[in-house]
Amino acid sequence: MDFVKEISAKLNETAELPSFGAGDTITVHYKIKEGNKERVQQFQGVVIQRRGSGATETFTVRKISGGVGVERIFPISSPFIDKIDINKQGKVRRARIFYLRDLKGKAARIKEKRYVSKKQK
Amino acid sequence: MPGLIGKKIGMTSTFVGEDGKNVACTIIKAGPCVVTQVKTEDSDGYNAVQLGFGERKEKNTPAPLKGHFKKAKTSPKKKLVEFAHFEGDYKLGDEVTVEIFEEGEYIDVCGRSKGKGFQGVVKRHGFRGVGDATHGQHNRLRAPGSIGAASDPARVFKGMKMAGQTGNARVTLENIQVIKVMPEESLLVVKGSVPGAKGSFLILEKN
Repeated sequence: MDFVKEISAKLNETAELPSFGAGDTITVHYKIKEGNKERVQQFQGVVIQRRGSGATETFTVRKISGGVGVERIFPISSPFIDKIDINKQGKVRRARIFYLRDLKGKAARIKEKRYVSKKQK
Repeated sequence: MPGLIGKKIGMTSTFVGEDGKNVACTIIKAGPCVVTQVKTEDSDGYNAVQLGFGERKEKNTPAPLKGHFKKAKTSPKKKLVEFAHFEGDYKLGDEVTVEIFEEGEYIDVCGRSKGKGFQGVVKRHGFRGVGDATHGQHNRLRAPGSIGAASDPARVFKGMKMAGQTGNARVTLENIQVIKVMPEESLLVVKGSVPGAKGSFLILEKN
């Protein structure tokens, strides 16, 4: 199994992304193709989960757009991810914060981390 | 056609091509193989090349095979496969590597599918079953239904799809695309799945 991961890491060589986890608010800059033109679009929202491991890992970002919840799943080794900005580090108690889907408005806020642990720096 | 013997390692996914589609792919350890016998029109009546792959202990090799490998001046191999119409000039003891394959080309992959045991008609042939668990239905949920007419022909036709051993059969997949060739590790990455369990032998052939 480890050998498979090693090889798939070789197959999917991508730029290094900052470390982030569930509860963090991030902006994903991703490239989209329109005909022959390529441009960068942003998707800002809360990370609600990271799933899988190695090159096949994905993460889900949720945002509220026009009163409607929108979720987008990005593969971590996608060649279309330009960069990722971390806007806020959230303090959450679980790795998958799906309960956020049922919350609206003020209740859907996430407490911000007051200090950043050395490990994440 | 030229080919190689390989071993299934596992599956992963990768991004392919200009539009960067994420496709599932299989990693195959392909070769290096050794030519253990060259068959020619004169000596055998047809042209073929026999390849050997995978190491095998000397003590587990039968004496006649030991002699066979000695002729090719190689160590005993686990798997021997013959390839007809093997293009190119190969001599006894020559090494064949993944480099015979190119990225983007289509190959045939042959392996032994995973055994599923004795299976019913729904799993084995994709019958739909009765489709209703209630309304007086009783214990026929996955039954095959009728297997033919009555007194004429008064028999069941040959080849009628019924329950039986499923899997553990030789399966050949044609036109499998090669995504990547990694000569250093002698690995081949192909698009999609291939028959068999991890670690099982595969026959890879150009077409």
